[in-house]
Amino acid sequence: MSTHSTHSEQIESETGKLGMWIFLLTELFLFGGLFLVYAVFRAQYSEDFHTAGRELNTFIGTLNTVFLLVSSMTVAMAITAVQKDKKNLAIFLIVITLILAGLFMMNKYFEWSHKFEFKIYPGSEVLKNMPRGELLFFGLYFMMTGLHAIHVLIGMILLTINIFKIKKGGVGSKHYLHLENTGLYWHLVDLIWIFLFPLLYLIT
Amino acid sequence: MKNGETHISSFTSHAIVLIVLLTLTFISVFVTGWHLGAFSVTVALAIASVKVATVVLNFMHVRHESLFIKLMISGVFVLYALVIIITFIDYHLR
Amino acid sequence: MSNSEPGTHVSYLDYEGKYKGLLGWLLTTDHKRIGLLYLYCIIVFFFVAAILGVLMRVELIAPGQTIMEAQTYNGMFTIHGIIMIFVIVIPALPAIFGNFFLPIMIGAKDVAFPKLNLFSFYLFLIGAIFGVLSQFIGGGAPDTGWTFYVPYSAESSTNVIYALVAAFILGFSSILTGLNFIVTIHRMRAPGMGWFRMPLFPWSLYATAWIQVLATPIVGITLLMVIAERVLRIGFFDPSLGGDPVLFQHLFWIYSHPAVYIMILPGMGIVTEIFPTFSQKPVFGYTAILISSLAIAFVGYFVWGHHMYTAGISTGSRWFFSFLTFIVAIPSAIKVFNWVSTMYGGSIEMRPPLLYAIAFIFLFMIGGFTGLTLGSVATDVQVHDTSFVVAHFHYIIFGGMGFAFFAGMHYWFPKMFGRMYSDKIAYIGWGFLFVGFNLLYFPQFIIGIQGMPRRYFDYLPQFQTGHVLSTIGAFVLFAGLIIMVANLLYHAKKGAIAPANPWRGVTLEWLIPSPPSHENFDEIPEIKHPPYFFGNTDENK
Repeated sequence: MSTHSTHSEQIESETGKLGMWIFLLTELFLFGGLFLVYAVFRAQYSEDFHTAGRELNTFIGTLNTVFLLVSSMTVAMAITAVQKDKKNLAIFLIVITLILAGLFMMNKYFEWSHKFEFKIYPGSEVLKNMPRGELLFFGLYFMMTGLHAIHVLIGMILLTINIFKIKKGGVGSKHYLHLENTGLYWHLVDLIWIFLFPLLYLIT
Repeated sequence: MKNGETHISSFTSHAIVLIVLLTLTFISVFVTGWHLGAFSVTVALAIASVKVATVVLNFMHVRHESLFIKLMISGVFVLYALVIIITFIDYHLR
Repeated sequence: MSNSEPGTHVSYLDYEGKYKGLLGWLLTTDHKRIGLLYLYCIIVFFFVAAILGVLMRVELIAPGQTIMEAQTYNGMFTIHGIIMIFVIVIPALPAIFGNFFLPIMIGAKDVAFPKLNLFSFYLFLIGAIFGVLSQFIGGGAPDTGWTFYVPYSAESSTNVIYALVAAFILGFSSILTGLNFIVTIHRMRAPGMGWFRMPLFPWSLYATAWIQVLATPIVGITLLMVIAERVLRIGFFDPSLGGDPVLFQHLFWIYSHPAVYIMILPGMGIVTEIFPTFSQKPVFGYTAILISSLAIAFVGYFVWGHHMYTAGISTGSRWFFSFLTFIVAIPSAIKVFNWVSTMYGGSIEMRPPLLYAIAFIFLFMIGGFTGLTLGSVATDVQVHDTSFVVAHFHYIIFGGMGFAFFAGMHYWFPKMFGRMYSDKIAYIGWGFLFVGFNLLYFPQFIIGIQGMPRRYFDYLPQFQTGHVLSTIGAFVLFAGLIIMVANLLYHAKKGAIAPANPWRGVTLEWLIPSPPSHENFDEIPEIKHPPYFFGNTDENK
C-alpha cells in the first residue's frame, strides 16, 4: 500500500506532468528561434563560423557537456531514489546535480571573462573590426549560452527547492510530481546544451 | 501509468544511458577532426539528435509514456524542422 | 447536472470562499471570475484603443495636419496596433469565453491549473500596463508600428523596449493560457465525453491553444533579439554588421501569422455554437468543422511569407507561400458552407446573437476574399502596404473576430450575469455597428487600390472623399459600440432575470443555472449524447 499512489494522486500527477511537457515544448521553440538565426548565418558565413569557432575552447565545452550529462543522470537517479523511498540518497544525488551545475556555471564564467578580457562581446570595437560572420557567431554564442545559463540557474533553484521538499515530506514516494517536473526541466536544459555544443564548439 | 503501476527505472539503467551518451559525445568530438566538408554539420546534428532521443526516451521516461506524449514530442520536432526548411526556401533561392 | 432547488443555489458572483469581497475577486481561482476580470480589463483597453482609432480617423479627414503632428500620428497607430493585437484580439476570446465556458462545456469544475490561470491574468495586466507606460516615459511613444520592423525599431529613439517587453509578457500570458486549456481538454472532460462528443467551441479552443503554445515563443525570442540589437548591437538584423533585416520579418511573421488564427479560430467556434441553437438543429458537418479547425491551425504555420512578398525574398519562396495561402483558405470556406447549411431547414429564431453571427459571416467573407487578393503575389504587389491591407485585416479581425465577440457576448450574457438585455437596443446597436463598420472600412479598399499608402499621416487630395466617408463611418461605429455596451452594462444589473436556458440550447452550459454556481455542477454529468442533440428526431440519429 505504501508504494502505490492513490488513483486521484496518479491522475493529478499525470495532469501536472502533461502541463510540464507542454511548457518544455514552448522552451524548445524559444531556443528554436535562436537556432534558426544560427542556421541562416552559418549557411551564409560558413568560413567565418569556422574561424570564430576555433576561438572557443573545445576542451572546456566538452567538459561542460560531460558535467550536464552526468547531472542528468544524477537527477534521474534521484527520482528513482524517491520512488524507492530512499530520501537521503535522493538528497545526496540532487546535491551532486547542483555541484555539477555549479561547475558548469563556473566554466561559463571563466569562458566569458576570458572573452571579455580580449574585448570580445557584442558591440565592442574588436567585434566591429571582425569579418561579419565572426561577429555574428559571437553574437549568437553570447545570446545562446547566456539564455541557456539563465535556464541553468532557474533549474538550480528548482532543484534546491526539491531538497527542502524531500526533507519536509512534500515530495515522497507517493507524490513526487515536483521532483519529476524539475527533472524534466533539468533534462531540457541538458538537451539544449547537447545541440549547442556541436554547433558552437565543434565546427569544422 | 497503466492500472496504477508507475514504472521505476533502475539506477543501473540510468548509468548505462550515461555511458551511451558519453560515448556519443566523444565520438562527435573525435569526428570533428575529419574533413567532411559540407557533411560535417549533418553528422554533428545527427549524433546530437541520437543523444537527444536517448535523453528523451530514457531519462525523461518517454519510452514508458502514452502514445499521445510520444506523438506530441515528435510532432513538435517535425513542425520545427519544417519551419527551418521553409525559411531556407527563401535563403537558398535568393 | 440537476438545477439545484432555488433556495440552495449560490451564484459564483456571490460566492464567498477563502477570500471575501474585493480579495475574493483579486485572488480568485474560479475560472468564471477570472473570465470576468479579463472581460472588464479588455473592455477598458478596447475603448482606449478604439478612441485612438477615432482620433486617427479625425486626423485623416483632411490631407496635411488636422489635429496632430506626424510624430504623434506614428505613435498612435503603433499603440493602437499593440493594444488591439496583443491586449485585445489575441487574448480576448480564449481568456474571456474560453475561461468562463470551456470547463462548463466539457463538464468540469474548473481548468486544470486554476492558480496558473490567475497568474496568466496578472501577467496579462502587467504586460498591458507596460504597454501603457511606453507612452509616457522618457523617449516618448514608440513609432515603429506594432510590427517593430528593423532597422527602424533598432534605431528609433522612442520607448521601443517598453513596448517589446509588454508584448513579451503578454505573450507569456497567452502561452500559459494555452497550456492550461490543452491539459484541461485532455484530462478533465466529463465521463462519456469522448473527443468526438465535445462541442465545437472547446475544439476551436484546443486548436487555438496549440498555436498559442508553439508559435508565441518564437516571437518572444525575436523581441528579445530586437532588445539585444538596441542595447548590445548584436547584429543579427543589421546589414552593416552582416545581419539581415528580412530575417527579422521571417521570425516575426512565423509567429504573427499563426497568431491571426489564434484570433479567429475561437470566434469561429463561437458562431458554430450559435447557429445550431438558433436553428434548433445539430450543426451541419461536425467532423468537417473539427478537422478544418485543426487544418487551419496546422497549415497556418506555413504561410507567413505572404506578409513579405515585396521584402526581397526569393521567387521560389513566394510561389511556395502563395500556394499554401490559397490552401489555408479552403478550410475556412468549408466552415462558411457548414454554417449556412446548419441554418438551412432549421427552425430559425432571430435574436441578437444570431444577427451578430450572420453579420460575422458576411464581414468575414469580405475579409477572406480580399485576403486572396493579397495572397496572390501579382496583385499583392499593387496593394501591399496600402489601405487595402488595413481594410482587409479590419474586416477579418474586427468584422470577423470582433463581431464573433459581440455575438458571444449576446449569446452568453444571460448565463454569465443571470439577466436579459434589451433585444431592441441590441438591434439598434447592431445597426449602427454594421453600417458604421462598412462605411469606415469599405472605402479603404478602394483608395488602397488607387494607391493610398497605409500608416501615412498625409495624402494626395484625390483620396479625400474616401477618407471623409471612412471618418464618418468611424463615428457611426463608435456610437454603435456605446449603444451596445451600454445596453449590456445596464442590464447586467437591472435586466429581467434570465432563465437557465433562454435560447433552448443543448450544450452543457444551458443545463446549469444562470448564473452558474461556484463549482458549476452539483454532480459531474455523464454524457450520453452527441454534442448537438436536439431530441429524438430523425436528424439526430
